[in-house]
Amino acid sequence: MAEVSVQNVTKHFGTLKALNNVTMDFPDGGFFALLGPSGSGKTTLLRAIAGFIFTDGGSIRIGDKSVEHIPVEKRDIGMMFQNYALFPNMTVADNVGFGLRVRKVGADEERRRVGEALELVQLGQHGDRKPHQLSGGQRQRVALARAMVTNPKVLLLDEPLSALDKALRVDMQIELKRIQREIGITTIFVTHDQEEALTLSDKIGILKNGTMIQAGPPREVYSNPADVFTAEFLGEANFLSKDGKGVLGLDAASIKLPAGTGTNATLAVRPESMSITVDEPQQDDMSKLPATLERRIFAGAMATCILNCDGQVFKVIARDQDIPELKEGGQVWLSWKPEKTIVVPSGG
Amino acid sequence: MSGRFLTLLGKTWLGLILFFLYAPIIVMAFMSFNASQYYQLPFEFSLKWYQDLAGNDEIIAAATRSVLIALVTTVIATILGTAASVALFRFEFRGKRFLQVMLFPPIAIPWLITGTAMLIFFFGVGLGRGTPSVIIGHVALALPYVIVVVSARLATFDATLEEAARSLGADAWTVTRRVTLPWISSGVIAGALFAFAVSFDQFVVSYFLSEPGDSTLPVLIYTSIRKGFTPEINAISTIIIVVSMAVMLFAARFSNFGGER
Repeated sequence: MAEVSVQNVTKHFGTLKALNNVTMDFPDGGFFALLGPSGSGKTTLLRAIAGFIFTDGGSIRIGDKSVEHIPVEKRDIGMMFQNYALFPNMTVADNVGFGLRVRKVGADEERRRVGEALELVQLGQHGDRKPHQLSGGQRQRVALARAMVTNPKVLLLDEPLSALDKALRVDMQIELKRIQREIGITTIFVTHDQEEALTLSDKIGILKNGTMIQAGPPREVYSNPADVFTAEFLGEANFLSKDGKGVLGLDAASIKLPAGTGTNATLAVRPESMSITVDEPQQDDMSKLPATLERRIFAGAMATCILNCDGQVFKVIARDQDIPELKEGGQVWLSWKPEKTIVVPSGG
Repeated sequence: MSGRFLTLLGKTWLGLILFFLYAPIIVMAFMSFNASQYYQLPFEFSLKWYQDLAGNDEIIAAATRSVLIALVTTVIATILGTAASVALFRFEFRGKRFLQVMLFPPIAIPWLITGTAMLIFFFGVGLGRGTPSVIIGHVALALPYVIVVVSARLATFDATLEEAARSLGADAWTVTRRVTLPWISSGVIAGALFAFAVSFDQFVVSYFLSEPGDSTLPVLIYTSIRKGFTPEINAISTIIIVVSMAVMLFAARFSNFGGER
């Protein structure tokens, strides 16, 4: 186990800049997400750390070793592939034991460690099966066990959960996190699912067009996005203004801004930060806006409301019981605490 | 009505094709068991020609030579062809498409022309005629078949399996031996059988490149026919056909013509 550090890494594919001066630190034992839309360079970055791609510039360190010129097989990594890439001609136990056999640990130790790894992923009884006899979730566990059994310095996961259906995906998220905590291995995973990234990771790196837009703890990037793209990508946002130009025709005096906000900033509020009331809130320290309730979508404990605020569509998510009973088309007030206003610096 | 007529026409057509394809072979095989030297009927069953064949040292020597040349050709062509297929699968390089396209013309160029070209070439480089030239010629002819068959199998191979093996610490050779080869083994076997068949059945190139008195079986059969036809030739031809067909059926069974099993 070790820390991983990526400094000023650049990679071109022909004229395309797949990675543009990317820097991010992955401290020892943490769980990290590389998040971005397709073509953002997140997979390229993961493959550069793995060693499948040699970079054009910058440095990549795993532990105290510079690895830019070390091939994949000598980097001591564990990698899990999107389609799991289990060897179809081998049993589950032989799949998991492959890395140990390559390292010539001996038959007894191989059997013991394969057994332990399969126990860890709760597949102790399935060692004799072939991959095609397993379910999707089981295959994924085998792939995870195979990637970890050699005690690699870092575990790299390429969209590890994308092939699973939603219910199984949530189970596996919890499972993945448990296993990662248990063995304390530095783990980097690639995903395009912002919820998955927010749920699992200690730190998220957000990429767009090969550039690292922002890297930080989930809460920080969620509430203080570096730019409009990040604000929109990490969840829904109701924009109050973009680059200093108000999207609302209203006098924005009713919106309280955090001190030191530049005049060119973009302002937004998350759907879950706003409350809906029938009467105008009396607290002076709240930001508030009048709006028309257009639709209310009931979803069990929570409800989503679509509102029209001076021509702009706003979305508010709240506990169903906290939303006043109102006919669609009724007049309401939206209010939120000033610190819930997301201020995105301009030019982002 | 017309549908039924078309079906009938199709079946007749297929029957005629099979008839013209196999009738001569069946007649020949039949006659190899006929006692008469001049194909006289009525048919009288006899293994005489097969017994004569067993005593014909010249034919036995040529058959042995043919099998040995075919085996050496198979080994060389299969190893080179498989290595080439894996390289074409794994790497992107300048001129790769050109190289792949250039694999096909040798299959289409008449062997007579290939044979002439090889003869001129081997004399040009000072190798001349002889068994080494025959083997080199056969390998050159068999190579495209091996590459085509093995590449077809590789097309069904998931390249991330190689990446997975490398991420687990396997070097290039281990990846090939433990992951790639097991997957393409059926294609490699099929390619080897094709290579054997191409070499064993080869006449033109062998005829041009072998030295007199050192000929392969097909060449010997040809020269014997020119001297005078004996039913012994029917007997050896029948054996060759049975063996060749067995090999080709086996190859087809393994390659499934490139499809997934």
